[in-house]
Amino acid sequence: MSSPAGVIHDIGYQRYEGERLGRGDVFLALYTQSLRTVFGLGRNFKAKIFPWLIVGVVTIVGIVMMAIRAQTGEVVMKYAELPQFLSTLMVLFVAIAAPELVSRDLHSGVLPLYFSRPLRPADYALAKLAALVTGIVLVWGGGQILIFLGAAFSVKGFGNVMNELADAGLGIIYTALYAVVFASIAILVASLLKRRAVAAAAIVGVFLVTVPIVGVLYTVPSETSHQLAQIVNPATMVGGVGDWLFESANEIEEGGIGPFGPLYALVTLGVIALCVTLMIGRYRKVSQS
Amino acid sequence: MARSGVRRIHGSDAGSYAEPVTLIATESLTKTYGGRVTALSDLTVSVEPGIIGLVGANGAGKSTLIKILLGLLPPTSGRVQVLGLDPTVDPMGVRARVGYMPEHDSLPPDLSAAELVTHLGRISGLPKTTARERASEALRHVGLYEERYRQVGGYSTGMKQRVKLAQALVHDPDLLLLDEPTNGLDPAGRDAMLSLVQRIGTEFGISVVVCSHLLGEVERICDHLIAIDGGRLLRSDNVSAMTTSTDVLVVEVSEGDAELEARLLEMRLPVTRDNHALLVPLEDDQTYDRILTAVADLDLPLHRLDQRRHRVAELFADREAAHV
Repeated sequence: MSSPAGVIHDIGYQRYEGERLGRGDVFLALYTQSLRTVFGLGRNFKAKIFPWLIVGVVTIVGIVMMAIRAQTGEVVMKYAELPQFLSTLMVLFVAIAAPELVSRDLHSGVLPLYFSRPLRPADYALAKLAALVTGIVLVWGGGQILIFLGAAFSVKGFGNVMNELADAGLGIIYTALYAVVFASIAILVASLLKRRAVAAAAIVGVFLVTVPIVGVLYTVPSETSHQLAQIVNPATMVGGVGDWLFESANEIEEGGIGPFGPLYALVTLGVIALCVTLMIGRYRKVSQS
Repeated sequence: MARSGVRRIHGSDAGSYAEPVTLIATESLTKTYGGRVTALSDLTVSVEPGIIGLVGANGAGKSTLIKILLGLLPPTSGRVQVLGLDPTVDPMGVRARVGYMPEHDSLPPDLSAAELVTHLGRISGLPKTTARERASEALRHVGLYEERYRQVGGYSTGMKQRVKLAQALVHDPDLLLLDEPTNGLDPAGRDAMLSLVQRIGTEFGISVVVCSHLLGEVERICDHLIAIDGGRLLRSDNVSAMTTSTDVLVVEVSEGDAELEARLLEMRLPVTRDNHALLVPLEDDQTYDRILTAVADLDLPLHRLDQRRHRVAELFADREAAHV
């Protein structure tokens, strides 16, 4: 641009004969850009406040747990309990990130620019979903890694460290399950609403509206209803799957899921499948309008 | 208008369009929504590379046609080909080679033009560095320089239209589909946009389809015009064929026009009569002089001698009137 003496070298229009990347690379480009959007990177300061506030809270919780574990050796929180314990924060995280990812594109009308390119509507939806899932796993998985670091310094012997590592690994996989459920619900809701504030409220609403139903089911004097109560709310539903996976049978707790673990797992998978299907259908329709 | 010879002179595959190939071909293309609303009805057109004007009133079916060409909408019946590909079978193949500029506002306000066009270049399959380079180039070609690092939200309508054009150009398409590119622009902005489109069609060697509801606007930059109304084809023809004798000299004398007419015919000028005026096709530079000589020889009082351009609108007028 800074050519000497203001000489403009107009070399004319250049045709492009080079490489054109395929579907996978295009998906990756959209995914990477979306993952940056989740954390407000490449955007103004305002877009960074909320995601990084939540990153801060999860990090602090992780550091406190790490410190307690390293100092006293006491297990205050198991790995799998971190996403459960901080699931409200996760609702906030997806309520902020999902509208940034998809409602913003709807609002600005940029989607015709995407869908007139060799990008399938399903790939668009899945890239956005994958980015949000990755964002959640990075934050909550990061917290779990902090807890693991505390444990690694407190337990004696290599074998025990390896046991801890295995537990932490399972915990992160469990976080990923949370992430997929929360992200697919949030992206689906946000994909229907243009305005970011409305979409954020709607996402929080979807997660909160069933909380009273869980409460009501607990008041019904039937053990089966207690055991199935948690299935009606996305957060407690994944919690139920966690109980089934991680609680040993003899740890029968009040308000547990009883023998319904497989049902919880099945419903969870069903919710994911339904959300993803609807999401892809939604973008197929958007691409035609 | 040996258009096909100009195509593709910049690319290394120059000459791939040396033979006039078919750019877009449709056959009995029909699109109905829900079996009730007919957006396109039995549309059969075939156009060669060049600048094509697609004109019709709002709601005539222009946007529906573009969506079918992009493979975004399936036609209800009929066949369609774009750049030799069938968009209903290979939509990705078509979209990789086509650039699309939508009619409506489609730019996120909080990104810079450079970021947006780079990102969209990558979605078109350009590698990262190439996307950045070509985005800068595309923005430069549409006349955006340092402004490209500012957020699009602060741009004027004219600048936004240019960004929309740049994003359609970034991946070096073989065909540009421009939906109402002059929308919302003031007269100067319209002229600038149209000459830019003309430059793309001629110097860049990229075929362009320009949609417009204003015939007068696109006729002067197009090689070919397709007019549709209510989803039906009104006419599709080369502009040169529509205006074979584009420029005509109008001669009026206060008296003795019959005398002059005879004299001009004697001079082998194909004169036609339009009331009191005589119309002479402007064949070369000497036509003027020859008429003036004739008038001077006959010593007639010359009232008027000027050039008149046949407007394509006149050629459409009868047919359009029938539908309105």
